Amino acid sequence: MSFWAQHAPGRGTIEPAWGNRQPWQGPVDRSRVALRGLLLLLVPLTSMFGLVVSAYFMRRHMGDWQAVPLPWQLWLSSALLLASSVAFERARRITAPARLAELQANLAAAGLLALGFLATQVWSWQALAGQGYALAGSAGGSFFYLMSGLHALHLVCGMVAWLKVRTAARVGTELATVQLYVRLCAIYWHFLLAVWLVLFATLLSG
Amino acid sequence: MAYSAAAETHEHHEPQSFVTRYIWSQDHKVIAIQYSLTAISVGLVALVLSGIMRIQLGFPDSGVVDAATYYQFMTMHGMIMVVYLLTALFLGGFGNYLIPLMLGARDMVFPYVNMLSYWFYLLSVIVLLASFFVPGGPTGAGWTLYPPQAITPGTPGADWGIITMLVSLAIFIVAATMGGLNYVTTVLQCRCPGMTLMRMPLSIWGIFIASIMALLAFPALFVAAVMLIMDNTLGTSFFMPAVIAMGQQLDHEGGSPLLFQHLFWFFGHPEVYIVALPAFGLVSDLISTHARKNIFGYHMMVWAIVAIGVLSFFVWAHHMYVSGMNLSFGYFFAISTLVIAVPTAIKVYNWILTLWRGDIHLTVPMLFAVGFIITFVVGGLTGLFLGNVVVDIPLADTYFVVAHFHMVMGVAPILVVFGAIYHWFPKLTGRMMNERLGQLHFWITFLGTYAIYFPMHYLGVLGMPRRYYAYEDYAFIPQSAHDLNTFITVVALAVAISQVLFLVNLVWSAFHGKPSGDNPWNAASLEWQTPDTPPKHGNWGASVPVVHRWPYDYNVPGAPRDFIPQTDPRPETGEPHGGPGPQEGKA
Repeated sequence: MSFWAQHAPGRGTIEPAWGNRQPWQGPVDRSRVALRGLLLLLVPLTSMFGLVVSAYFMRRHMGDWQAVPLPWQLWLSSALLLASSVAFERARRITAPARLAELQANLAAAGLLALGFLATQVWSWQALAGQGYALAGSAGGSFFYLMSGLHALHLVCGMVAWLKVRTAARVGTELATVQLYVRLCAIYWHFLLAVWLVLFATLLSG
Repeated sequence: MAYSAAAETHEHHEPQSFVTRYIWSQDHKVIAIQYSLTAISVGLVALVLSGIMRIQLGFPDSGVVDAATYYQFMTMHGMIMVVYLLTALFLGGFGNYLIPLMLGARDMVFPYVNMLSYWFYLLSVIVLLASFFVPGGPTGAGWTLYPPQAITPGTPGADWGIITMLVSLAIFIVAATMGGLNYVTTVLQCRCPGMTLMRMPLSIWGIFIASIMALLAFPALFVAAVMLIMDNTLGTSFFMPAVIAMGQQLDHEGGSPLLFQHLFWFFGHPEVYIVALPAFGLVSDLISTHARKNIFGYHMMVWAIVAIGVLSFFVWAHHMYVSGMNLSFGYFFAISTLVIAVPTAIKVYNWILTLWRGDIHLTVPMLFAVGFIITFVVGGLTGLFLGNVVVDIPLADTYFVVAHFHMVMGVAPILVVFGAIYHWFPKLTGRMMNERLGQLHFWITFLGTYAIYFPMHYLGVLGMPRRYYAYEDYAFIPQSAHDLNTFITVVALAVAISQVLFLVNLVWSAFHGKPSGDNPWNAASLEWQTPDTPPKHGNWGASVPVVHRWPYDYNVPGAPRDFIPQTDPRPETGEPHGGPGPQEGKA
């Protein structure tokens, strides 16, 4: 590695050699760019949810912390989100053009299950509020609503993407494009599932 | 690595109507200009605010503002300058313009998202400025927006101003995230053949790392803003402890104001470098071009940028030495703060060594670049004082801090902004900016800012507290300090008004400046090798360029001119170092 400018006899300072040997790997296609873009989007989202979790732990270590009893609906919603992710994964694995109908069915199931998840989350908020844990009641409650709310908001945005995929799959867009959309959506779904499991585990831990 | 076919394949049919070409434009060059003009406009608002504050401080009897308005102006000035001017201008303006041109791409990888990014940014500016017109006016909580006072009754703008501020920030963060995704993906995926990462100009390295940092740091501000809005409007107590305000017990209890400070500064300190790293990069290119010499220690410069980017995430609590946190934390953060001075100093040494025995052309961009180095050293050295806990505690909340951060975070990046505008203006318009006016602008701005901020260090050592609206009846503040304040105000107003020189130069030169040709500075980097000036839609005509060398080949012995463009093929023989890859010809 040449940290310093290099000198060549008779040519003065020249470009350092290190790091310039990678050959050009040829044109990269659109799907790869989209994939990179999506993966990059997960960076700020990870940062955001990570910071919420750290804030939760910092707050929990203060003296007056009271845990909220988590409503049982959260187990149901977790199962629904898991199922939704599985359906997306099944849709993603379909590559044969002949199985387009199956892809569409899995896609529809994934969307409906995700809607079910959102509805169950709302149900759990109502259940918790019904037990007297209002949003502004205690720190634990506030954090629960904040975490599940932020997560739900991101899934709602995902549903917009889901609508676009579903339309693309219906109107007979080129299969490769549909598959790209499904793949991107599936990654986002798996990411949100992972985020939810972390948030849920955090809430369960106290 | 990767050059993207995306740049080649997706449709580049040129927009025809005025609206699609200049307003709903997806062209990175137009978006860059939109970003820059919006940022400069809102920056002028903040400049006027600072002028009014200075009149109050220099002439307290003038009664130009009352205390509440002073705090509101102070808050808006700080937030606009840091976030809506500098961040937007460096990433949205220079990032947008330079990344595709310097890397040989036809546009950003996601042009539509790029367009959305600008319109979200404009919306955030409109929401921010709207806070001047809401009941109670803008928030006066200070740019750090610390709870509890940010949302406690009695603070100016505690009912509406704080909400517009937080909502505006949230929208800005969405805009910055969309922009950041574009910049990073474009750098990684859309470089032309031969443009390896280690052949990118340092401008791009600075913007690239700053964009990654923005993607990691801005979510902290987003979370803090969301939680503060909830505390304010929904009655939660994330940050609000039990408080008695105006004789009333508020409905909050148990929240932690320190939590907000941690979140805020986890964003806030990287934010300093989100502004500084692009400035470092741009100034490296200015210095190399105008000293006709390759940048000294290119790799060291790259790794220094990366190291500063990483380290800046471990220093945030040095803003909180006096907040009552654990002393061991203070020790850790003092060490990490001092460690970050090492890569920063490496950069300064390398700039100076680049100038050393260079063929220095004292053009206007070069004047600003040299002015930057001096100012950055001055501001950075006072940073070492403040980074030490024991020195910081007596100096915290005095004018010493004001002088420090205005030198290092205000004046230094703004000098780079000016230098970079004078440098790249010919590429934007095909015309040169007026040299005489530019020199006059430089000397007034450079000497003027020293006359403003140097005395503030003395005021700070004297113990004069910052954030005060008036300093009457304080026995420890002598008459000489008041006189100094008056002097600072007079100079500040003169410097502020002299910026008209720059604006006049900008507008006049855009239409009547001397035609510049394609490459007026004889620069080697790729953006000066476009077939048209200003570059047309798609940037590169029929085919994208192929890069054969780094962007710093100046004064190479034996070369016909004192620079070799990056697109120049290497000589056939005696070439020890890796040219572009074997497949490059197939572009």
